[in-house]
Amino acid sequence: MSEFDHNHDHDNPRQGSGPSRRRVLECMTWAGTGVLWTITGGVPRSLGLVDSALAAAPTGLSFLQISDSHVGFDKPANPNALGTLEEAIGRVNAMPSKPSFMIHTGDITHLSKAAEFDNAERIISQAKLDVHYVPGEHDFLDEDVKLYRERYGRGAKGAGWYSFDANGVHFIGLVNVVDLKAGGLGNLGAEQLAWLEDDLKGRAKSTPIVVFAHIPLWTVYPAWGWGTEDAGRALEYLKGFGSVTVLNGHIHQVMQKVEGNVTFHTARSTAFPQPAPGAAPSPGPMKVADDKLRSLLGIASINFKAGEQRLAIIDTPLQG
Amino acid sequence: MIRQSLRGAASLTFAAVIAFCLAGAPAYADDTEVTIDNFTFSPASLTVKVGTTVTWKNHDDIPHTIVSVGKFRSKTLDTDDGFSFTFTTAGDYKYFCSLHPHMTGMIKVE
Repeated sequence: MSEFDHNHDHDNPRQGSGPSRRRVLECMTWAGTGVLWTITGGVPRSLGLVDSALAAAPTGLSFLQISDSHVGFDKPANPNALGTLEEAIGRVNAMPSKPSFMIHTGDITHLSKAAEFDNAERIISQAKLDVHYVPGEHDFLDEDVKLYRERYGRGAKGAGWYSFDANGVHFIGLVNVVDLKAGGLGNLGAEQLAWLEDDLKGRAKSTPIVVFAHIPLWTVYPAWGWGTEDAGRALEYLKGFGSVTVLNGHIHQVMQKVEGNVTFHTARSTAFPQPAPGAAPSPGPMKVADDKLRSLLGIASINFKAGEQRLAIIDTPLQG
Repeated sequence: MIRQSLRGAASLTFAAVIAFCLAGAPAYADDTEVTIDNFTFSPASLTVKVGTTVTWKNHDDIPHTIVSVGKFRSKTLDTDDGFSFTFTTAGDYKYFCSLHPHMTGMIKVE
């Protein structure tokens, strides 16, 4: 039942006491989707369940999130980050139904080298999906800070923010990894916030919104910089929208929080895991036993069904 | 007489050494290092004399930078990379890692 609890906020006073029959059914559908993913993880005898789950589910928008591929990373925590990215893309290609597109929530490369961007592109393009990127701090390390922008920032505003629509869902890609201030957290900045306010102005409050950015837009653990200084301003502009989903990376582990109509979620990395907040002296790459690594790396699948307030987010490890 | 002149020469040399130091010439013995381990500058706070060269060394598996706004800015330091800066003016130099801004440090130059 952890998937169930994970995706639903039964403490929300607006929901009344206890889940309604509709909500229970909704959760069952999601649990079914979860089964689907468990099966994709490699239990072929359950494939029948996948088919029935798929048949029962009304078609909607589904897209994928990958994050923190850190191409170029070769330290003990994962000497072959390119290899695990390739495995993740292999997972995408093995999906029984093709998602509409993919988002990448930053740290494509480890050191912003041209060869790292080239290698990432070579592997990610094998999914044959449109990919919407936002940068991580590791993508802006080249001397002239131009490689990311040349490849992925064309047509975007400022340091690379933009929005687009798909199946009636409004997607907003934000940049919170530039102009960081000493002692502070991630930063959106006044220019981007003004753009965001304008982007949302006049939009129907019933429009489902998906916001994605590299560093979490809620304060996960400030002592490690895991949060965004001025995210509160962005969330102000998102108040009143019936469905808001915030997807982030950066912390290389799955975390979720539901606050009113806003669901916050972070994805696993495809490169290396990082420790739980405060569980280690620093947020640096966590070295685990070789046979454990792939259970801590992975991708996320996000499914939106018309009429449902929350998007179903299913995290799938590369293994186990 | 001989002893006196020797002492004279010695104090002259001593005075020359003092003058040499005060002029801010390289004082190699004072040059010092700040290490980065576990996303932390160590020592986080350091007091040095004018003319001292401080070298930062990154021992983490993650890159870091050393930025003192308006004063100096290192390139991205990958694992085991270093960055040196010679402090020629007295003052307080607060610095941080522009990638992980919760990492802060200070060099006090006297």
